[in-house]
Amino acid sequence: MSVLAFIESNNGSFKKSDLEVASYAAALAAATNTEAIALVFNSDDCSPLGTYGISKALKVSTEQFNASSYAATIEVATTQEAATVLICSSSSNSKYIAPLVAASLKAAYVPNVIALPESGTYPRNVFSNKGIAHTKVNSELSIIGIAPNTYGVHENPTQINQIDFNLVSSSSKTQSTSTETASDKISIADADIVVSAGRGLKGPENWGMIEELAQVLGAATACSKPVSDMGWRPHSEHVGQTGKPVSCNLYFAIGISGAIQHLAGVSASKTKVVINTDPEAPFFKAADYGIVGDAFEVVPQLIEKLKAFKSENS
Amino acid sequence: MKILVCISNVPDTTSKINFKDNNTQFDTTAVQFVINPNDEFGLTRAMWFKEKSGASIDVISVGDASVEASLRKALAIGADAAIRIDTIPKDGFSVATEIAAVIKDKNYDLIIAGRESIDYNGGMVPGILAHLLGYEFINKCTALEVEGSTVKAEREIEGGKEVLSSSLPLVIGGQKGLVEEKDLKIPNMRGIMTARSKPLEVITPQGTAELSTDVTFDKPETKSDITMIPADQLDLLINHLHNDAKVI
Repeated sequence: MSVLAFIESNNGSFKKSDLEVASYAAALAAATNTEAIALVFNSDDCSPLGTYGISKALKVSTEQFNASSYAATIEVATTQEAATVLICSSSSNSKYIAPLVAASLKAAYVPNVIALPESGTYPRNVFSNKGIAHTKVNSELSIIGIAPNTYGVHENPTQINQIDFNLVSSSSKTQSTSTETASDKISIADADIVVSAGRGLKGPENWGMIEELAQVLGAATACSKPVSDMGWRPHSEHVGQTGKPVSCNLYFAIGISGAIQHLAGVSASKTKVVINTDPEAPFFKAADYGIVGDAFEVVPQLIEKLKAFKSENS
Repeated sequence: MKILVCISNVPDTTSKINFKDNNTQFDTTAVQFVINPNDEFGLTRAMWFKEKSGASIDVISVGDASVEASLRKALAIGADAAIRIDTIPKDGFSVATEIAAVIKDKNYDLIIAGRESIDYNGGMVPGILAHLLGYEFINKCTALEVEGSTVKAEREIEGGKEVLSSSLPLVIGGQKGLVEEKDLKIPNMRGIMTARSKPLEVITPQGTAELSTDVTFDKPETKSDITMIPADQLDLLINHLHNDAKVI
C-alpha cells in the first residue's frame, strides 16, 4: 500500500504546486500508515521532495510531454507500488492525464480538492468555487487533484530514496510539435500575486501602469472578460468563470466592477484589494481591502509607495 | 466528417448557488439552465466545419427531459440531430461510459466536449470517453484545424500554449479560443422553426455505477468585512498587506 504523487517538475526544479502535491501525499500517507512515493518526471535531484515528506522518488526522464505515455507510466507505477491513492496537481498536464488514468484503472477522479479527507469524504470546489462538495470514493483506487494554493506546502523532513524508473512508450498519434511560453512573464497559475484590470481602464493604451505595478510586485497581469472580449488584452489573461481560475495570495482588481462570474473565478484568492471609482461596485462586498478612487490617480501613487517599501525591505 | 458535440446543461453563469434537502442536492429553484459555455465554443467550432466542408453535427446530452431545451437550442444553432440519454447524470465516469456505449458503433470522426462543465467542474468526460473509444485526445484545446485525417491543434499550458499534431478519430476537451466570444451564434427564427422537426432520439441508459458520489455540499465561508482605505493613505494599505495579510 502507498500514496503515489505525480510530480511534473519544471526543467528539473519544483514549483510550489509540486511541493503542495508532495505535502498532501505525505500527510495522507501518514494518516493511513503507508508510504508517500513520488513519480517524478525530468528531475535529476529529487531531494527537495524529501523535505516535504516523500520517502521514495521514482525518476523518469522524457524528451517531451506526451499525455498517453505519461498516463501509461503512471499506471505502471501505481500498480507496482500498490498505490491506493494517486495525488496530482491542477496543472494543464495533470488535468490532461488524470482522466486517462482514471478510465484505464477504473478509478474515481476527484479534482479541485482543497483539504485532507474528513469522515471519508474529500472536500472539493464545485460550481466554479461557488460551492464545496464532499465527495466519497467508491473505487479501490482514488485519483485526487489538488486545487492550487489550498492545502499549502508543509515541511516534514524525510530520508528520500531515489530510483530510476522507465518511461512507458505510447503509440498515440498525438504529438507535441512546439511550445510557446512567455519566458519573461509570470503565469497566472504560478503567481503568488496577480494584478488584474477591467473596463475602468478605458482602453488598452492605459495598461502600462498595470504592467508596472505587476513588475514592482513580481506579479502576473490579468484582466476581466469584457476586456479580453474587446481585444484590449489577450485571452490568456482573462480570469473568471469561463477564463482562468485564480487562487493566488494577493489579487488586485482595478477598475473591475465584480460580475458574479468574475468573483467566482477569483474567489479562491486569499487577499483581495479593490480599486474602483464606484463605491457601489459589487466587488467591494467580496474584497478584503477597498479603495474608492480613480485608478489613474491611485495606481501611479501606489507604484511609487511600493517601490519605496520594496527598497526599504529588501 | 461526422462530428459529435457533447452538451452539458448547466446553471447560467450568473446563478446564485444554493443547496437543499439537508445540503445533499443542488437547489434548482429559479435557476436558468444553459448550454455549458465550454461546450458552446465547441459547438460553434463544429458549425464552422459544417459551413466550410459540409460536416454533419450530432449533439448528445445525458439528463432528464429538462435538458432538451439545450439540445433544441443546439439544433436551432445548426446541429443536425440530437441524442438524449435518459438518466440523471452522476459522476463523470458514468456519464462518459453511458455516452461511449451509445456512440461506439456510430464512427464519429471528431468528438467535441467542453474541457469541463461549469457546475461540477469534473473535467473528465472528454478524456474518459477518448480512452473508452480508443480515440486520440487533446485537452484544453484552444485551436483546431482538420485536413483529411490530419489534425493540427493547440492547447493551453501554464503561461502559454503547445502546438500539437494528431489524427482522426479524435476527442477534444474544448474551451474559448476554438472560437471567440463574438463568434457564438444566437439561433434565428428559421433555425428555431427547423429545430422542431429535427430528430431528437431518447435512449434508455445501460446503467453504470458511479465511481464517486457527492454526499453533501456547503458554501465557501463568506468574507469577513472589508477594510476601506482612503485613496490618499496608500501607506496604510501597504502596512495592512505587509503586517496583517502578510502577502507582500
